[in-house]
Order: sequence, then C-alpha cells, then structure tokens
Amino acid sequence: MAIPTHAPDDGFVQLLTPEGERVDNPDFPLDISDDEIRALYRDLVLVRRIDAEATALQRQGELGLWAQLLGQEAAQVGAGRALVPGDMAFPTYREHGVAWCRGVDPLTLLGLFRGTTNGGWDPEEHGFALYTIVIGDQCPQAVGYAMGLQHDRAENAVMVFFGDGASSQGDVNESFIWASVFNAPVVFFCQNNQWAISEPLERQTRIPLFQRAWGFGFPGVRIDGNDVLACLAVSRHMLQRAREGAGPALIEAFTYRMGAHTTSDDPTRYRLDSDVEAWRLRDPLERVRSYLHKQQLVDQSFFTELDDEAEQLAERLRAGTRALPNPLPTDMFDQAYAEPHAVVDRQRAEFSQYLSGFAPEEV
Amino acid sequence: MTQELQFCLPDVGEGLTEGEVLKWLVAIGDTVTVNQPLVEVETAKAAVELPSPYAGVVSSLHAEEGELLPVGAPLVTIGVAGEAETPVTEADSGSGGPVLVGYGVTESATRRRPRVAPPSPHGTDRPEAGPPGEPVKPVRHGGLEVGRAAEARFATDGEPTVVRAKPPVRRLAKQLGVDLAAVRPTGRDGTVSRDDVESAAALQLSDTSSGQGAGVPANRDRREPVRGVTRSMAAAMTESASTIPSVTEWVDVDVTRSAALIDRMRELPEFSDSKVTPLVLVAAACLTALRRESTLNAMFDAEAGEIVHRSAVNLGIAVASDRGLVVPHVAGAQSLTLAELSAALGDAVRRGRDGSAAPADLVGGTFTITNVGVFGIDGGTPMITPGQSAILAFGAWRERPWVERGQLVVRSVSTVSLSFDHRFIDGATGSRFLRDVADILEEPALLHLWA
Repeated sequence: MAIPTHAPDDGFVQLLTPEGERVDNPDFPLDISDDEIRALYRDLVLVRRIDAEATALQRQGELGLWAQLLGQEAAQVGAGRALVPGDMAFPTYREHGVAWCRGVDPLTLLGLFRGTTNGGWDPEEHGFALYTIVIGDQCPQAVGYAMGLQHDRAENAVMVFFGDGASSQGDVNESFIWASVFNAPVVFFCQNNQWAISEPLERQTRIPLFQRAWGFGFPGVRIDGNDVLACLAVSRHMLQRAREGAGPALIEAFTYRMGAHTTSDDPTRYRLDSDVEAWRLRDPLERVRSYLHKQQLVDQSFFTELDDEAEQLAERLRAGTRALPNPLPTDMFDQAYAEPHAVVDRQRAEFSQYLSGFAPEEV
Repeated sequence: MTQELQFCLPDVGEGLTEGEVLKWLVAIGDTVTVNQPLVEVETAKAAVELPSPYAGVVSSLHAEEGELLPVGAPLVTIGVAGEAETPVTEADSGSGGPVLVGYGVTESATRRRPRVAPPSPHGTDRPEAGPPGEPVKPVRHGGLEVGRAAEARFATDGEPTVVRAKPPVRRLAKQLGVDLAAVRPTGRDGTVSRDDVESAAALQLSDTSSGQGAGVPANRDRREPVRGVTRSMAAAMTESASTIPSVTEWVDVDVTRSAALIDRMRELPEFSDSKVTPLVLVAAACLTALRRESTLNAMFDAEAGEIVHRSAVNLGIAVASDRGLVVPHVAGAQSLTLAELSAALGDAVRRGRDGSAAPADLVGGTFTITNVGVFGIDGGTPMITPGQSAILAFGAWRERPWVERGQLVVRSVSTVSLSFDHRFIDGATGSRFLRDVADILEEPALLHLWA
C-alpha cells in the first residue's frame, strides 16, 4: 500500500504530475515564468544537496544530530518561495528548505546541529523564527505574532510549519481556535510526511488532516506535497487571502519522509521498503527535471552547472563546519537578556573567575 | 606527498559509546572519494553506513567485521595526496574529542586540567572537593571504562604483530582454520594474499593426512562472531548462572476448566480484538498469585544488601524471534483487566517477534513467563533474568491420564515449572506461589475469589 486509503484524489491539488505534465486547477491558477520554474528546480537541487552533506557530516562525527528533509523539498521550497519580505515563518527543526528560501546560510543551521550555537540567525532579519524542537510549540507563537501584525495593521502574513504528529498536540489545536476566533493572518502549513518518528498517520487521525480545518471554522486544502508548483500556488493563494484579512487556512502537504526521523533513528524497524519504493516514484525533483526536459526549457549545461554549484556548496559546508569555532563558556550569558542585566553580569564575573582557576589548556 | 589521516568511530546516535563493525565496503588499497560509504556499523540505535570524510587511498582498516569498537577508536586510515587537507583526526583534535553529545568518551581521568589557584572563599569549586584532608577524587563517568578498553586494545595491537590482509582474505582464513600470523605473506606490501591462505590450508590438510592417515576430513568448522541479541542473551544467562543461586520446582495441573474458559472467552466481544491463548490465563494466574506472594516480584540487590519490593508487576514474556531470545514486557500488568491483559500480551509477543520492541520494552521486567508449550515441551529449569527473582515456564496443554476421586480419567493436563532466587525466597514461599498458580489454573474461578 503506497498511500493510505483515506487519501481521496479529489482533495489533492496537483499542478505537475510525477511524470512531469502540467495540470490546471481552476481554484489555484499559477502564473509562472520559465525562469521561475528553473529557479525552483535550482532551489530543490541545492536544498537536497545541503541535506545530503549534513547527513554525511553527522555520520563523520562532525554534527551531533541531523533531521533529514529528504522527500520534502518541494513542500518546503514551494511554501518558502510563496512568502514575501515582511512575512514571518515559524519552523520546526526540519525546515532547512524554508530556511534556504528565507536567506539563512545553511552553515548556520549546521552550527546549531554541531552545538556551536543555540540559534544562529536573526529571526527579524530573515523573517524566519528560530528552530523549535518542542513539538507544536511554534504554533501558539505564530498565532500570537499574526495577531500582532493585525494590531499593527501590517499587510503581511505568517506561515507556521508543523507535521502530522504535531497535529495531535494541544498547542496546535489551541492555535487553530485562537487563529480562527481572532481571524489571525496565519497559514498553517502541515507537512504530512506519514510518520511521527515511528508512529504512522493512522495513529494521529481518522479523517484526512486538512478536513479538521472546517471544524475550527477556516478552510483546509490538501495538496500534493511533492509538487513544488502546487505547494507554491496554494501557499501564495492562502497567504494572500490572509494578508487581505480573510483569516487563517490550513494546508496539508501530502508527502513522505524518505529518510529517517533523525540520524539517531532506524526506520527499517517500523516501515516497509515497498512503501518507500512507491514514494520514490513520486520524487519531487524528478518531475520538475522531466518537465524542464520535455518542454525544452533547458539544455544539458544547465544541469551540469547546477551539479557543480551544488558540489561547491557542499564543499563550502564541509570545510565551514569543521572550522566552526567552539563557543566560549561565557557566551551563554550574552544571549540570556536583550539588555544588560545586573544578575547576569555578576554570574558572568563569578564564572570567569572560576574558569581562570584552571591551568591553561595543554596543546 | 601523502598524508595519512585517521577516521575514528564517531558517535552517530546522540550519546552512544560503542559500535560494531558489520561490513567493510572498502578494502586496503581502494581509492575512495569524499562521502563514499566505507563501512556499515551497527549501534544500539541503528545500523548505518559511515561515509568517508576524505578522498584518498585506504591504507589500513583498524577493525575486523564483527568487532566491537568504542566511540573514538580508529576505524580506518586513508592516505590523502597533498597537504591541503587539515588533519582532523579525532584523537588529535584537542579538547573537543569525537563526541558532540552527552558525556561520551574520556581517554583518562588525568586529562582533566588541574586547578592552580586555591579554592576561592565562595567555594565555587565546592562540589568537587571531598571532606577536608581527602584528595579530590577524579570525576568518573560512563566513558571512562570505554576509554581504558580502547587504550588496552591499542597497547596490545603493536605494529610488529599486525598481520596485513584484506578482510575477505581474513574471512577465508577463518573459514579454512588458517592462522594468519603463521602464513608467509607474498602479497603486495607484505600482505597475506588469498593464494597464501589457500596454500597454507592445503599444507595443513596434507600434514593432517600424512599424520593421521587418509580419510580424515579437513577442519571445516565455521566460526561466527557472537553479536546482537545472542550477545545480550549470553551476557544475561552468564550473569544469571553465576550470581543467582536458584532452585526449580514443578507440578502437573489439570487445566480442563481453564481450557473451557479460554474457549468461552474467545466468543466474547471483549476479547474479539486479541487472540486468546493459554498464556493469558497463565499470566492472570501469576498476577493473582503475585498479589498473595509479592516476594516473587521483588529483587535481591546484593550490592546494597537490600531486597527491593516493587510496586508494579512488569510482566516479561520470553519470545523466540528470528534474532534470538527477547523478553518484551507488559508494564503495570497488575492493574489490567483480563481483556486488556490479553491485548497487551498479544501486542508484546508481536513486537518481540517482529523486532519492533523498543529498547525500553526489553529491560525493566520484574517477573517472566516462558511458554515452552509452544515447542511441544512440558517443563524445564528456566533461568532467571538478572534483576528479577523468578521465572515460570508452562508446558503444552495435552490430554493425559489423570486420577480423579479414584477414577482414571482423561483430562487436559499441563506442567508448570518455577525457578526462583533462593537467596531470599525460601522453599515454602516458592511452593506456596506455585501451588496458587496451579490452583487457579485448575479452578479459574479463584481469579475472582482471590482478587
């Protein structure tokens, strides 16, 4: 069984088939240039390369952990490219593709997983909040931020990311209620990758996840999460709707986690190879590649140059990760408060004095 | 010039201390590229492939397939052309070490930097200091022993005694019973080749033939590294046999009424979700009997000189899986209804069989049942799982002649055997418990009367 039986085709927006054929959907028209499609393909390839390099670096002992996004590139790039400056995204710990679209240097992400930083980027500068490890925790924050935009009369929207497992969390359901009754400009983007670590989707819900939205009083739509065009079109539509004051929406991007939950997980213990194989035929990159080919929008040099670019990016990450400086023990005091703080200052001084009582490091 | 760079076993799973080399994917002399898979390693969490951090030529493999390595031990050395690459061998990388998460590996306690200043009046270093006059104790934690083991390994692994041979050749030598150290190497760079091993084997064979006469078969015994579940089983059983003085008792039971009850249960809607088997009633009987004799659920803590009385029964079920013996358990079994118990047992057995049991399921049991009846066996002397004090085996339920009120009748009969820790459970207590289990299986109504 490739796809759970409760995934009706009629609730599945698809604009590009796995074979690379464009399909029109009257509800979600997409006006897109050839250049934009080429750019999306570049995003997909580079994001996958970042993910592969980070996974290898973890296996080489350079990262403590890595949460792979393999298989979810289209969902993240489609959603990420629908955001505009001034919008705010609230990620989980797997949104490396969204981070890429928001201009966060992937090396900064690796610093987080190497343990040399606790966050690493300025959320305001990138319109991209810090990674959240606690499941669903980012949803109330996103709704609160969206309500703040409302009070500021800003014409921007918020997109918050979570997974099928998080859909069972109280935080997420409470966020749905708050967003609904306050008509907050927030789009809930659920990447349903079928697995909450080892727990399958049927342990989260008896109905398609997107249908839950109606119970909370806002629209929900399911999209082919491996179709970057559908992800882009529907995200744009729902974000624009939110910016115009029409309130929240839920997007369920139906996709599949091709890798492990994290590098500490072994998915062969709980799922079938045949399922993974079936999803491989729905690969998010292959369909764009074959579309570009069939429409003769690119020549071979496009792919070669892109491969080179990906390889250079990987090399930069590899060398950069090994060179990331270890933080100083006293760094932790610097980011506890935005403003100087007397108690923290005293603790920093005491701790520095304690550290200075050791012999210098032998080299 | 070529630089020899070592790749040490990293912690691939957030706080692991060791890994087992499952399979080498490269051999000495192979040219490898960056991120090319080198080796398959199995840890407590997963079996993973480790990609090469360097591009170059493999110059040595530091472990054999099946060998268990501590995190941080050298795995493979790769000769890298030029000087562009900064050597980042984990062993040399200073204070960071190979471990990014948890406490990981410490090479030795002396690596801790000494204090130079006298303790400050505030005594910020107080947590380390012992009572006045006593030296400060080195901090010990989990990684220390691992580090020592690694040191010991390297100390005995001096260059002159190392035989150079590719892994497939080593395997062949093992299969043919050839001692690699005794083989004269003729391969490139002094390595033992496949031909060397084969001719040595042929020589051995002819020696044997001439010495003991023709017709004596060559030694074709196969040696297999002990790993995975088998290794855990070996450790647990050795500990059991060497630390728990146990005795075993057994009794035959007329289970005709229990068998009838099981047939009845199978028709009830409450049990429609699970497969009702004799195990359910045996488990229920044990749980009721444990309420009356809770000592059988306790543990003898020899180190502390204490008996640990447990508040809950975590009922372990010995399950034969493809990987070997595993014992998943049903936590808090004492508070389950019969229907819940039936479902939970079915679930535990399934998880044990298909290998999906979580590590937490496999430790922490307080009492174990083993069903030897499924193998058509009546009884035995089961061995107690370390950390527990009793194990009950129940045999096949089969029709046997039985004497009832002076008459010979045919009844369903089974044998139940109980091994218990005789250090603190005396014969009277063990016997009472076993008799209770037997009485309940003979008359299951006692489940209610003794509830």
